Amino acid sequence: MSQANVTADQANALIKANKAKKRRQFFKALFSRKIVLVSACIVMLIILVAVFAYQIMPFDPNKPAVRERNQGPSATHLLGTDEYGRDVLSRIIIGSRVSLIVGVLAVIIACIIGTTLGMLAGFFGGFIDDLISRVAEAIRVIPQVVLAIALCAVFGGGIVNMSLILGISNMTVYIRMMRSQVMSIKERDYIMAGRLQGNSNGRLMLRHILPNSVSPIIVTMTQQIGGTILAEAGLSFLGLGISTPTASWGTLVSGGRAYLLTNPVYSIAPGVCIALLVICLNSLGDGVRDALDPRLRGEL
Amino acid sequence: MLRYILQRLGQTLLVLLIVSFLTYLLVDFLPGDPIAAMTGGEISGETYERLYREMNMDKPVLIRYFLWLKDALTGNLGMSQSYHRRVVDIIGERVPVTLYLSLLAFVISVPLGIIFGIISAVRRGSAADTAVTLTANICCCLPQFWLGILFMYIFAMKLGWLPSSGFVWPHEDFVMSIRQTIMPLLCLAIGGIASITRQTRSSMLEVIRQDYIRTARSKGLKSKKVIYVHALKNALLPVITLMGLRLGGMIGGSVFVENVFVIPGMGSLLVNAITSVDIPLIQGCVLLIAVFSCVVNLITDIVYVYVDPRIKVS
Repeated sequence: MSQANVTADQANALIKANKAKKRRQFFKALFSRKIVLVSACIVMLIILVAVFAYQIMPFDPNKPAVRERNQGPSATHLLGTDEYGRDVLSRIIIGSRVSLIVGVLAVIIACIIGTTLGMLAGFFGGFIDDLISRVAEAIRVIPQVVLAIALCAVFGGGIVNMSLILGISNMTVYIRMMRSQVMSIKERDYIMAGRLQGNSNGRLMLRHILPNSVSPIIVTMTQQIGGTILAEAGLSFLGLGISTPTASWGTLVSGGRAYLLTNPVYSIAPGVCIALLVICLNSLGDGVRDALDPRLRGEL
Repeated sequence: MLRYILQRLGQTLLVLLIVSFLTYLLVDFLPGDPIAAMTGGEISGETYERLYREMNMDKPVLIRYFLWLKDALTGNLGMSQSYHRRVVDIIGERVPVTLYLSLLAFVISVPLGIIFGIISAVRRGSAADTAVTLTANICCCLPQFWLGILFMYIFAMKLGWLPSSGFVWPHEDFVMSIRQTIMPLLCLAIGGIASITRQTRSSMLEVIRQDYIRTARSKGLKSKKVIYVHALKNALLPVITLMGLRLGGMIGGSVFVENVFVIPGMGSLLVNAITSVDIPLIQGCVLLIAVFSCVVNLITDIVYVYVDPRIKVS
C-alpha cells in the first residue's frame, strides 16, 4: 500500500518536474530572440505605467485649467495642454489603462464565447454544428470594423461595452479554431477511454478536450490582443467608443486634430503610444506562437 | 466543378440570408423609438398610431423582417431619416468613391507587396530581409487614422504640398483629384503592402523548403527559374486568399481614411448613419457591405479552384 503511494508521489513529482522543464524551455525559446525580449520589456513598462498611473502623472488628467489652454510642449507640460488646459501627458498616461483593459477584456470575452461555441459545434456535430458554423460565417463576412461600428450603435460606448463589442466581433476566430481542434481530438483513444469510463459529455469537454487545446487558444489570444487595442483606438477615434471626459488614446488623437498647427504633439504622441504598444504586443504574440510550436523549437 | 460552384453558391445564399436577418435584428435592438427618431417626436397620438401601423411595428419581428427583405430584394431600402432621400440613391453616390480609392490602393499594394515578399524570402536573414520584415511588421500595426493625421500634418500643413482634405473625381478636376488622393491612397496602401509582404514572405519560405523545389534545384535549373516559376506559383496561393479578403472588406475598410480626409464614401456614410441613429441607412449600409464581401468571397473561392488544380481532385 505504502509502496503504491510512493510510486504515485514519484509519478506526480516527475510530472511536475516535466511541466517545470517545459515551462523553462518555453521561456527560453520565447526570449531567445532579442526583439521578443525588447517587446516584452516595453509591454511590461506600459503595464507598469497603467498600474501606477496616478503616482506617475504630473497633473490631474481631467481637471480643466482655462488659462493654460492649447499650449505647446514646455517644461511644466511636457506634451502641452489640450483645449481645456488639461495636461496631455497625464491624459496619455491614464489613457493606457483604457487600451490595456479593453484589449485584455475583449480578448477574454471573445475567447470564452468563441471557445465554448466552437467546442459545442465540434463535439456534437450535426445540427448544432451547422447552426453555429453558419451564424459564425455570417458574422465573419461582415468586415470587422463595420461589425464593431454597427454594434457600437446598439451597445453604446464605455469600457465594458467596448470590450463586449470587440469580443463579439473577434469571437469567430475562436469558433473556427476550436471546432477543428475538437474534431481532431475527439477521435483520439484517450477520449474514447474517458467515454468508456462513463464520463459525461460536459466532463469530457472540460477536463479532457479543453486542456489539450490550450496552446492554440493562447496563441490566438496573444495574436489578437494588438489588433483589438487598435480597433478600440479606432472606434474611440470615430467618436463611437470611449466617450469624454475619459481619456483614451483614440479620442486623444481625434481631439488633437483641430490643433495640429498649434500643438501637433497632442494628436501625434498618443498615436505613437498606440503603435508602440500594438507593435510590441504583436511581436510578443509571434514569439509565443513560435515558442509553442514544437516544429520550430526542434522537438519534432 | 459545376457542382462545387453551385454548392458554394447555395452556401453563400444561406449566409446572406442569415446576415440580412442579423442586420435586421441588430437594428431592432437599437435603443430608442424609431418613430420618434424619424419625426422628431412632436406628433399627435393619432399620427403616431398611423405611422406605427404603416411601419408594421405592430407585427412580429419575423414578419417585419420578411416584409423588409421583400422590399430590399426589389431595391427598396426605405427612406433615410437624416438625409430625407432614398437609401439606395445615397449609397449609389457613395459606393463609387470608396471603390475608386480602395481599388487604386489595392492595385498599388499587390505588386509591391509580392515583390517585397519575394525579396525578403529569397534573401532570408540578409540585411534586406531584416529591413523589409521589420518595416512590414511595424506598418501593419500603425493606426490608419493616426497615419492620416501624420501625413496631413507633414504634407499639408508643414510643407503645404497637398490639400489637407476633400474629394473630387478626376474628370471634374484632374490635377486637384490627383493631389487630393495621394495621402488617402498612401494610408490605405501601406497596410496592404505590409500584410501582402508578410504573407508572401512566409508562404514563399514554406514552399522553398519543399521537396519539389529541391528536385528542381538538383536537376540543375537556374535558381531564378526555380524561384519565379516553380516556387512562386504555389507561394502565391495563400496570397490570393488574402487578396480576396482585402477586396471583400474594401467597402467598409476605408472608414478611418474617409473620416480623416473628409471623403464622402461608404465609411463616412456608415459613421454618419450610426451617430444619427438612421435605421434604414444603417441596415442598407451593413447589408450592402456584407453582400459585397460575400460575393467577393465566392469569386475568390471559384478563382482558387481554377488556379490550384489540386483542389479539383479532392
